[in-house]
Amino acid sequence: MSPELILPVLIPLTAGALSLSLWRSVRYQRILAVLANILLLWSGIWLLMSTTEHGFVIMQMGNWPAPFSIVFVADVLAAIMIVLTGIIGLAIAIYSLASTPRGHEKFGYYPLMHLLLAGVAGSFLTGDIFNLFVWFEVMLLASFALLTLGGERAQMEGAIKYVTLNLFSSAIFLSAVGLLYGMVGTLNMADIAQKVSQVEDPGMITVVAMMFMVSFGIKAAAFPLFFWLPASYHTPQVAVSALFAGLLTKVGVYALFRMFTLIFTQDVDYTHNILLWAATLTMLTGVLGAAAQFEFRRILSFHIVSQIGYMMLGLALYTPLAIIGGVFYIMHHIIVKTNLFLVSGFTYRLLGSYELKNLGGVYKYRPLLAVLFLIPALSLAGIPPLSGFFAKFVIIRAALEAEAYLVTFVALLVGLLTLYSMIKIWAEVFWKKIPDHVHNTEELKGKLNEKHAWAYYVPMVSLAICTLIIGLYGQPIYELAEMSAKQLMNPQLYIDAVLGGNQP
Amino acid sequence: MESLMAYVVGIMFTAAFYMMLRRSIVKLVIGLMILSNAANLLIFVVSGMTRGAPPLIPEGASGPAGIVADPLPQALILTAIVIAFGVLAFAVVLIRRAYEVVGTDDLDQMKDTDT
Repeated sequence: MSPELILPVLIPLTAGALSLSLWRSVRYQRILAVLANILLLWSGIWLLMSTTEHGFVIMQMGNWPAPFSIVFVADVLAAIMIVLTGIIGLAIAIYSLASTPRGHEKFGYYPLMHLLLAGVAGSFLTGDIFNLFVWFEVMLLASFALLTLGGERAQMEGAIKYVTLNLFSSAIFLSAVGLLYGMVGTLNMADIAQKVSQVEDPGMITVVAMMFMVSFGIKAAAFPLFFWLPASYHTPQVAVSALFAGLLTKVGVYALFRMFTLIFTQDVDYTHNILLWAATLTMLTGVLGAAAQFEFRRILSFHIVSQIGYMMLGLALYTPLAIIGGVFYIMHHIIVKTNLFLVSGFTYRLLGSYELKNLGGVYKYRPLLAVLFLIPALSLAGIPPLSGFFAKFVIIRAALEAEAYLVTFVALLVGLLTLYSMIKIWAEVFWKKIPDHVHNTEELKGKLNEKHAWAYYVPMVSLAICTLIIGLYGQPIYELAEMSAKQLMNPQLYIDAVLGGNQP
Repeated sequence: MESLMAYVVGIMFTAAFYMMLRRSIVKLVIGLMILSNAANLLIFVVSGMTRGAPPLIPEGASGPAGIVADPLPQALILTAIVIAFGVLAFAVVLIRRAYEVVGTDDLDQMKDTDT
């Protein structure tokens, strides 16, 4: 019995139900949101400690033996993801205290946030492929509602694209699950991994693998399936954007990591080669898209796309070092990207715009905020000694060892262009004088007229400190990535841990 | 029977894609509905169709006698139908609200957030 495995799902679910019953009292919902996310983070750390100790933590629903029941499985990667979910959930919950409009809070913002986190945590922990689909839908439905909360024109337009493409991806996912079940007759991922090599027609397995790749590629916003992301992520209010930016696409990346290291490894030359090209083009198109943008959150949204490319690159190269790099990149990226969105939200609060041409002068009046932007921004671009440098370093080194020189070149070029984008934001928002047509500058120059100003700073500062820690004290984090890579590269460990003595 | 159903699934997917590529948001949602049904039917067909053999265990026996239908795909489909119902209910509300706010049902007019 290992309660730490079910707590990351149970805590947000319970908190969501409780917040619903506290519908009238926004005050209690706020307290509950912060408390529940502290608990979530704590359970994540507990889970991480027990996975680093035991390797795998398994729970079988209803105590039915493994291939027949739905199992929850946590390896080191899943536990890392849960810890990150807790960190981001807590940061967003605190940030929401100040940034979320009162109207949104009254219409179920907090219950939806909890539900979203439950869906994310469930997707990381489940060991059953159909259950993964269900958790995806839980997560999607909550994200649909969060995206449209407020009901402005841009939100509606963004939501139609977001909803359509995500439902399309779910339908492909479901069809792929059906086809896979038709061939192997099981839904347990470990059991599938074991039986997939016995299928008479290996070509069909590759077809199903490609269906999974398309489906998770849409969710992860990989080339050429990413267009829904920059069309929708800048439309909701900023705490929601930051939550989505940190966690949602990474669920898709996690699912790709899981599927293409555990199950679809029998035709690596073909599937991982396609992943490699997709990753390269994702990096390139994302960063070029960002170069053409002049709106704070749109630039950041395009950078999510390009960063997804690096993570996929780690998976596509499929060497132990590359997987370490990919996992390390996910850890670094989730924290940094969320932080950048939080900074953009605070400048919006000060100057009332996301358009670069309406922003300026922040460095002069708010130097602390400028530093808080600079840390994640330089980290994103990969400047040492911040977290992004080591993440990029490991991946690029893996690419060189695999003798993929073109990919290495693209990865380095994309790092440079990322720096260009970040400098563009820095010059426009922080260094430039306040443009003459901007008049509402009292809050920038003077004291912020806000009761909960601390709630803006606490998450930004904490996430910046996380970035610094990953950068300056990277060894233990790297070791975690190494452990998870070891488990991912030996799927037999996973299979043995889940099926235990129940193997035929 | 199975090859006939395979054609039906194929036709449903085709119809769904066709509807989703139309410009009207109402047709888009109809396309999504057909798509989810097509996926459900696909699960049903590929996991094998067995006629007239419910997976019931006779009293006193420890397993069913002879070949019976696999109950699991039906459970999957049931779950998927419920999920699709919830999601589509949301989608219908969304397109109505979008029509109110944007003032058109033409997807080509909804490109303010594109880049």
